[in-house]
Amino acid sequence: MIPSSAFLALAIVLFVLGVAAFFVKKDLLTQFMAVEVMLNAGNLAFLSLAGRAGKAEAQVIVFFVLTVAAAEAVVGLAIILHYFRQRKSVRTEDVDGLKG
Amino acid sequence: MDWVIFGILAFLCVGSVAAMIFSRNPAHNALLLVLCFASLGGVFGLLDAPFAAVVQVIVYSGAIMVLFLFAVMTINLKKGQARERKRKIYAASMILAAVLLVELAIVARKAFWPAAESVPAGAPAEPVGIGHLLFTRYLYPFEITSILLIAALVGALVMAGKKESA
Amino acid sequence: MAGFFWLIPFFPLAGAAALILFGSKMSRKAVSATACLSVLASFLLSLAGKVELLGTSGASAPLAKTLSGWISSGGFSAPLAFVFDPLTAVMCLVVSGVGFLIHVYSAGYMAEERSYARYFGLLNLFMFFMLVLVMASNIVVMFVGWEGVGLCSYLLIGFWFERPAAAKAGMKAFVVNRIGDAGFLLGMLLLILAVGVPGFTEINAAAAGGRLAPGLATLAAVLLFVGAVGKSAQIPLYVWLPDAMEGPTPVSALIHAATMVTAGVYMVARLNGLYSASPAASSVVAWTGAVTAVFAATMALVQTDIKKVLAYSTISQIGTMFIGCGVGAYAAGIFHLTTHAFFKSLLFLAAGSVIHALAGEQDIRKMGGLRTALPKTFPAFLVGAMAISGLPLLSGFFSKDAILAGAFASGKYAVWFLGLAGAVLTAFYMFRLVFLTFFGESRQGEGTRRPLHESPGIMTTPLIILAVLSAVAGFVGLPAVFGERVDLFGRFLKPVLGAAERPLPAAAEWNLILVSMIAAAGGLFLAYLFYLRYPLIPGRLARRLPWLYKILVGKYYVDEFYDAAFVRPAVRSAGFIYDRIDLKIIDGAIDGSAAAVNVAGKGFSRLQTGLVKDYALAFLLGVVLFLGFLFIGAR
Repeated sequence: MIPSSAFLALAIVLFVLGVAAFFVKKDLLTQFMAVEVMLNAGNLAFLSLAGRAGKAEAQVIVFFVLTVAAAEAVVGLAIILHYFRQRKSVRTEDVDGLKG
Repeated sequence: MDWVIFGILAFLCVGSVAAMIFSRNPAHNALLLVLCFASLGGVFGLLDAPFAAVVQVIVYSGAIMVLFLFAVMTINLKKGQARERKRKIYAASMILAAVLLVELAIVARKAFWPAAESVPAGAPAEPVGIGHLLFTRYLYPFEITSILLIAALVGALVMAGKKESA
Repeated sequence: MAGFFWLIPFFPLAGAAALILFGSKMSRKAVSATACLSVLASFLLSLAGKVELLGTSGASAPLAKTLSGWISSGGFSAPLAFVFDPLTAVMCLVVSGVGFLIHVYSAGYMAEERSYARYFGLLNLFMFFMLVLVMASNIVVMFVGWEGVGLCSYLLIGFWFERPAAAKAGMKAFVVNRIGDAGFLLGMLLLILAVGVPGFTEINAAAAGGRLAPGLATLAAVLLFVGAVGKSAQIPLYVWLPDAMEGPTPVSALIHAATMVTAGVYMVARLNGLYSASPAASSVVAWTGAVTAVFAATMALVQTDIKKVLAYSTISQIGTMFIGCGVGAYAAGIFHLTTHAFFKSLLFLAAGSVIHALAGEQDIRKMGGLRTALPKTFPAFLVGAMAISGLPLLSGFFSKDAILAGAFASGKYAVWFLGLAGAVLTAFYMFRLVFLTFFGESRQGEGTRRPLHESPGIMTTPLIILAVLSAVAGFVGLPAVFGERVDLFGRFLKPVLGAAERPLPAAAEWNLILVSMIAAAGGLFLAYLFYLRYPLIPGRLARRLPWLYKILVGKYYVDEFYDAAFVRPAVRSAGFIYDRIDLKIIDGAIDGSAAAVNVAGKGFSRLQTGLVKDYALAFLLGVVLFLGFLFIGAR
């Protein structure tokens, strides 16, 4: 049997990779994808930590996280599209309207 | 046997994310992530969570990433935008990410390593059980989540529908 | 009727309030009428009170009234309470009577003045405070009056405040007074601590009954006397009085001759129990008075401003009053206070008449021969001069003699001698003033020669009244040699002030009277020689002894000494503190903290780059730190 620590390790690695991806990429869209990676890593962590009696609850949590992530993706992408229409670019470095 | 499957799936996950980091093509990034999430669905299966596995594949890699692909196609990003000036933030973030990795490892080790507990035996949770939970104990969050989805839907429609923003 | 005696101070207070609030809208006649009538009311009420006191011949307890509680904390209470005993009666009559005459005079003298209402309002306010001072039955209420008259004095000296000299003089008076008041305050607190009650009867009884430690009694008495030195312009705090002549002449007459400056004498007399219990303090009083009497008289010898001569004369005369109090002859001191009020205010008002006639000239070197031009002012002035010089049968003769006799009787012969010297000098400089001003050829410059007119009746009538008083007031205080029963004044005051120390044998007393008469005559004769007969003598003397002349004219350079020793260092240190501490440190700290906030704000706003990655980095950093602290650090 595979120890749950292995799964946890996988989750941690995925999460940190997601963080790295977020900081490396220069376009908004790909950065958004990195956020999704991080969310999934969290899901995996939840599942791997579920004990004998908590399997159902863990999946419920995953369900909710997933749903919310879907909603978030929808709205986020709408915003990005909107922004793109205005500026014709999704380079992160140019998004500094909140400066100051 | 399990270890092999786990190894393959884990390799696929991590590898696709790593490839995504180094690839400059947004379409490639999205496709790589589809692969990642699908593998992750397999990992969920290894964890005796069939419902989560299926939902993951259907919704995440099947719907959300497809959405991303649509966005990529719409935006029509230029391939491989050259890296502009190196900024200090790049180094700082890499360092911090490494530190984070170490920290999380320490946390995990402290919490779980001595008892190398395997995935507990027992029957995998049936979807029926999950449904039962959703409609009793977690009814409230369930309903709110559905409202959330509607809100997202409407919001996206409104925003994407505008031509020139006011 | 006399049960309402406590109303005495409040008539002028009402007058002051009305004039200050509404004076600018009242006609000139209404203003002066309000002011004069309020003082007249006080005078009449005082008279009624005195009559009542005379009737009971002081056997019963004096009139007393507590208006309301005031300070009450712990076991100590200082009520707002007045008393009307013989001493208060005398003071009230003098203050309100002379005050009334001066108010009437002012109506004429200040007729051209723009701030008519302010003048009379302040004058009435002063009357209120002075009456409170003399009617107080405890030392705290007296202090209220004490401070109040100081305030009014400052306001009236600087009445023409647009003139820098007047403003400075007012400031000087107030500051010097303050120094004295610090002593008064300390003495007052000491007494309250020792006796527990601020009332005069209690304090005097405690002192007389020996319940005060001798050192303490002396210390308190001396400290209070420091206050008197300031208020009554004795050495070393007299320097403000000559400068105070910048104020209007009626003010000089009222405040700086007849009433406020005598408050110190009143205070010593009121606390006679305390001063009698401490021979050391009484010596201080007597010697200070004696030295001041002579010292000031020497400066009056060479002054050329008519008002300044009178100012130094006042300082000298008050010194004489303190001689009286210091040797235990309190009644004599008060007697001289009374007669001095009459003839000194007379002299000031007459001088005002002269100045008025000469359209503002005050330098006696530019006067002369005014005898004929001012037929009413001249005799009045002459009577005043004769009275102050102690010419026989006039009031000053009797009062001064009473003091000198008291000094001699108490065995303090040095003090007596100084008093006598002061009398000689007084006669000399007063008649110098008379001769230079009214006799001889007119020395007005060609350009200023204009038709001289006598002052109007409203000004000369008070002069005449005061002249009469200066002449005959002495007869209420005839010395014992004429018979024990004849000293009405002393007997009236006996319940409060006690009897004189040791009566002199009749022969000694007659001898003393003779000596005084010779002294006065001598002074007069010398003045006649120097200024009428051989007018060249003063000039020649000045050239023979230039150093002496310079010192006298330079007023012994006391003002310059104070300036260098106290004023300039104070101003310099204040400037230093202002620059280094106020501007640099305090302002700097505040400006600095504002600037620091500014800089910090600008610095922090640089964090807001608007870029998502930077914000995300901040998140990451926060998470890393949080994890580090929570799970790893806190083991």
